[in-house]
Amino acid sequence: MKPKNTILAAAAAFAIGLSSISAFAAGDTIIIGEINHYKRMASFTAPYKNGIELALDEINGAGGVLGKPLEFIYRDDQGKPGEAIKIAEELMTRNGAVMLTGTIFSHVGLAISSFAAEKKYLYLAAEPLADALVWAKGNKYTFRLRASTFMQASMLAEVAAKTDAIKYATIAPNYAYGKDAVAAFKKALKALKPEVEFVTEQWPALFKIDAGAEVQAIERAKPDAIYNVTFGGDLAKFVREGTTRGLFEGRKVYGLLTGEPEYLDPLKDEAPVGWVVTGYPWYDFKDGPNKVFVDAYRAKFNERPGIGSLVGYITVKSIAAGITKAGSTDTEAMVAAFKGLDVDTPIGKINFRKQDHQSTMGAFVGTVALKDGKGIMVDWSFKDGANYLPSDEEVMKLRPASK
Amino acid sequence: MGLIFAQLLTGLANAATLFLVASGLSLIFGVTRIVNFAHGSFYMLGAFIGYSLMQVLPGMFGFWSSVLLAGLAVGVIGVIVEMLVLRPVYKAPELFQLVATFGVILVIQDLALLTWGPDDVLGPRAPGLKGIVRIMGEPVPKYDLALIAITPFVLFILWYLISKTRIGILVRAATQDREMVGALGVNQAWLFTGVFFLGATLAGLGGAIQLPKGGADLLMDFNILAAIFVVVVIGGMGSLPGAYVAAVLISVLNVFGVTYIPQSTLVLMFVVMAIVLLIKPYGLFGREEVAGEHGQVGEPERPIKPAGTRGRVIVGGLLVILAMVPFFGSNFAQVLITDIIIFALFAASLHFILGLGGLVSFGHAAFFGSGAYVAALLVSHAESPMEIAFLLAPLGAGGAAIIIGWLCMRLTGVYFAMLTLAFAQLIWSLVYQWGEFTGGDDGLVDIWPAAWLNGTTPYYYFTLLFGIGGILLLRHVAHTPFGYALRASRDSVRQAEATGINTKRIQWAAFAFAGAVAGLSGALFVFSKGSVFPTELELAKSFDALIVIFLGGVKTLAGGVVGGASLEFAKDFITRFEYWRLLLGLLIIFVVILAPEGIVGASRKLGERFGFVDDGEGRR
Amino acid sequence: MSDVLEVKNLSKSFGGIQAVKDVSFSVKKGELLAMIGPNGAGKSTCFNMLMGQLKPTKGEVYFEGQNLIGRPTREIWRMGIGRTFQITGTYTSMTVVENVQMALISHHRRTMSILPYAHKMYKPKAMELLELVGMQDQAERHCAILAYGDLKRLELAIALCHDPSLLLMDEPTAGMAPTERIKLMQLTADIVKNKNISVLFTEHDMDVVFAHSHRIMVLNRGELMANGSADEIRNDPRVQEVYLGGGSLFEEAEIQA
Repeated sequence: MKPKNTILAAAAAFAIGLSSISAFAAGDTIIIGEINHYKRMASFTAPYKNGIELALDEINGAGGVLGKPLEFIYRDDQGKPGEAIKIAEELMTRNGAVMLTGTIFSHVGLAISSFAAEKKYLYLAAEPLADALVWAKGNKYTFRLRASTFMQASMLAEVAAKTDAIKYATIAPNYAYGKDAVAAFKKALKALKPEVEFVTEQWPALFKIDAGAEVQAIERAKPDAIYNVTFGGDLAKFVREGTTRGLFEGRKVYGLLTGEPEYLDPLKDEAPVGWVVTGYPWYDFKDGPNKVFVDAYRAKFNERPGIGSLVGYITVKSIAAGITKAGSTDTEAMVAAFKGLDVDTPIGKINFRKQDHQSTMGAFVGTVALKDGKGIMVDWSFKDGANYLPSDEEVMKLRPASK
Repeated sequence: MGLIFAQLLTGLANAATLFLVASGLSLIFGVTRIVNFAHGSFYMLGAFIGYSLMQVLPGMFGFWSSVLLAGLAVGVIGVIVEMLVLRPVYKAPELFQLVATFGVILVIQDLALLTWGPDDVLGPRAPGLKGIVRIMGEPVPKYDLALIAITPFVLFILWYLISKTRIGILVRAATQDREMVGALGVNQAWLFTGVFFLGATLAGLGGAIQLPKGGADLLMDFNILAAIFVVVVIGGMGSLPGAYVAAVLISVLNVFGVTYIPQSTLVLMFVVMAIVLLIKPYGLFGREEVAGEHGQVGEPERPIKPAGTRGRVIVGGLLVILAMVPFFGSNFAQVLITDIIIFALFAASLHFILGLGGLVSFGHAAFFGSGAYVAALLVSHAESPMEIAFLLAPLGAGGAAIIIGWLCMRLTGVYFAMLTLAFAQLIWSLVYQWGEFTGGDDGLVDIWPAAWLNGTTPYYYFTLLFGIGGILLLRHVAHTPFGYALRASRDSVRQAEATGINTKRIQWAAFAFAGAVAGLSGALFVFSKGSVFPTELELAKSFDALIVIFLGGVKTLAGGVVGGASLEFAKDFITRFEYWRLLLGLLIIFVVILAPEGIVGASRKLGERFGFVDDGEGRR
Repeated sequence: MSDVLEVKNLSKSFGGIQAVKDVSFSVKKGELLAMIGPNGAGKSTCFNMLMGQLKPTKGEVYFEGQNLIGRPTREIWRMGIGRTFQITGTYTSMTVVENVQMALISHHRRTMSILPYAHKMYKPKAMELLELVGMQDQAERHCAILAYGDLKRLELAIALCHDPSLLLMDEPTAGMAPTERIKLMQLTADIVKNKNISVLFTEHDMDVVFAHSHRIMVLNRGELMANGSADEIRNDPRVQEVYLGGGSLFEEAEIQA
């Protein structure tokens, strides 16, 4: 802490008291506090940050928001929820941020969400996928952008239900995201096709998969199809062992997030051909806003965009739209504005639903193929998130009434 | 039948990497007594270097040369680390070097990120060994068979090196009696360097040889750490055959665990370790530990006295300043100080058993987390008022410490440390796995303080009261008969027992007391953050506390508090930089080398030198 | 004089080796009894069994009529037996006087107390004990920097703190200069005389043994081979054989733990 800042902050604290924080935003820029696991998840946060920078360039080049430039302060929470909350407090009370955004890990997202509700700060959860964020633990001050686990799993279940596979095996990392993803897939698939059965569920420890053993265990259960939730290094090991031992021969495999460039690219020519996956086929856009975004991104950073780039970009666009609609950076006004907010994005119009604060951002579903020694998605289609969300009544049940 | 045999082969293949890395760790520990936390980093470097070499060197010959070269390169890196970082601190208290190796981990993490970038890389397949063979109808990858064949071969070479060569004889002698080697006229420094080279080379080989089965990523250093420690402990510290048997045992059990109890993946190896240690306290092939000083090497600890008038005035003045912070400091300053006090209390509670009791616990976060979770569970499930949850939290943590302490008390030294680690991991996996009750890794949220405390400033005063109160309580107890008896039990068990002190009971009570205080800090934590997650029970949390104690000064009463507060404050500043891990790692190494007695010890020495403080002998 | 300690058929074997064989003897009130014998004769093993640190294979030990076998060391100490060690085991992190205070705190069963300051407890009594052994001037010194002879004296003070009726001293003068040895043993002899304490001690230095003991036992290969006054022992041909003729016995490997 620099002494000068401390004195400044102290003076300000005297002036405005402890509760009313927004007064800081009266400066020359509108500051957004962005908290992420920049070091722990470096390969995902880098494209995400680039996406933010691209959107900021565009918005500020066009005169900013409410006549002021938009500014992001990036902070690393080391992947620790306690640290994230400390940083959130600092961003809001000392750096003059008007709202919070960020995080990939669900547990950090949930921690910030609870903190935001307690302190009455607006939090736009960009990437954390946990369903609880908008449902079981949802609150007034938290909105979530990305298509949740439930939505993406439902999209895959819809494709799976159309095949004649009956016996399914699942493999998912042994933690909340993996469990949610398996539960959502089972629920959605059973609803569409009640006769399916799940013959084995494998739960490797996150990033510590024993791929050979997992493959043997799945093979032993002789399933017709496999649902995969592993990602990162676990996915690479699973794919390699599975391919070597012939696990995927004659079986349909559904891979959650597997088609995202961040996960697919490291597999190179060993990308699991034929898997049905959710992901981001940036290489395949011929025209339209999707193409415009990809071109602008590649022109600026000279590298391919990831799904994180898109999320980062839309995060900024959503924030700009929300503040513009609110007409001020007062938290309550912004919360009101975000409810039902429409945002134009490269993948079309999205809406932050009034009833559960979940955006209708969709996802791309396609089949993995090889092209020039790299995995890509072919036969893909874009699924609008709005079609994969539960009904309002169900949401009412899921979301605590008090909030 | 065929499947079971194939599963056995999978287990044996998996054991290869585990054995290579663990044997290096075991050798280093056996000879130098250094618990090398950076061993996982050597493994990661082996993988990355091997990967880069394989991009350049083609074919089967290129592949295997890359594996060997990667091992040697990592060996050289090990030598550099040993000479630059560890050599200056061999004279420091036992286990102090682990702090230095922790700094090395941080530095290597950022250097690897700078060199290879953030993306995971998939290792190339081994040329000529890409396919499978069918054994009893089951597919077995050829590379698995190669790994199964290589491991005993490496074990044999190591065995030959250790039992048939002069260097090996020295290594064995040093493992059994460090002093003797010095007496034999051997240059101990070079022996240590040589062992580091060998150990790091083995870790590098392990990293490179697993490439065809996986790849390289920036998280693999920490991900393998717990597993190799488990292997070394089960096998017996310093025993190579032990490491092999344990690696095979763990790997094979894991394969069957995956198939028949898929949920077991998190806990299995810790359960095995706990069972083995409870039956065979020194591992399968370990000898009873000879080195029993536990942090007592080097200059003996000074006698302690309660603070004099001057000390009390200084502390009182500091408290007044802290109490004034809400009037002149920012909101964030209060939040930051709250965090610092909570962490300092946690560190001080570990210091109580580590510094005064000589009990090195690698699992103290279990009690911090227990306190936090007891409070959070009471609030979420029983809707208990915050005040009651807050009071019950230390009791819950103390209860956990009584049970775990009872189980661990049979062991001493590093084995005691490892058993605490095993139980801490068991608690962690219980919380992680039991999602319906504990929320799993999505944690428990919305755990806020009662209305009268809700707000930064009221909670700040609350933390000040209980946090500083807890620290002062620990300090007071250190000066009471109980604290003295604890030090007596550490200084000389024989003398203590021969003068009527029940040393085990004293240590057990101290363990429980420290656990309860850690639980208190956990309770302060959960209500300040409003949520709790299994990260608070992780190994990393335990290590954080361990490290600040050594940085602060094990042999000083204030070491825990000062180390905890300094590092927490430094972290808040340093993590703002992009390559903060590099900075923090260098800072830790810097402190370790410059002030092997810790911050408090070193500043006291300085003070004595310039005549500000009495050196205890009446001289100024 | 009545018997303070009575030892009957005490035996200990490690694996197949009989370290102590059917040793029986008694210590009388106020007596200074020396136990001598070459290295490996079983002296320390005997001591460790008396203090409960080793479990005998067979035999009985009665202290003031109560059986000691099976009791833990600390309980035996509480019954009124003090002990000093061949290699000193003081608390290096404390001051000299605190070492004595620690034993006093334990004697008064206050080790679990977390209220008072330990360094203020039983201080006069501790100083008194230090004065007894001539260490009062060094009371506030750091124990870790004491000279070896001073450590031995400190141990004696600690051993006396619960007014024991029996002192077991394992090589009390080992590692000391000859003049120091005489001084320490003279001190010990004076103290036990004043306090009417019995002492059982082992010793290598024959000058010390013959000068200060009332009675001498000779242990050889785990067996008690002689037991009598200084003159009797001096003139015993078997003892002469062990000490003068067969120097080999001194070189025998130590088999006690």
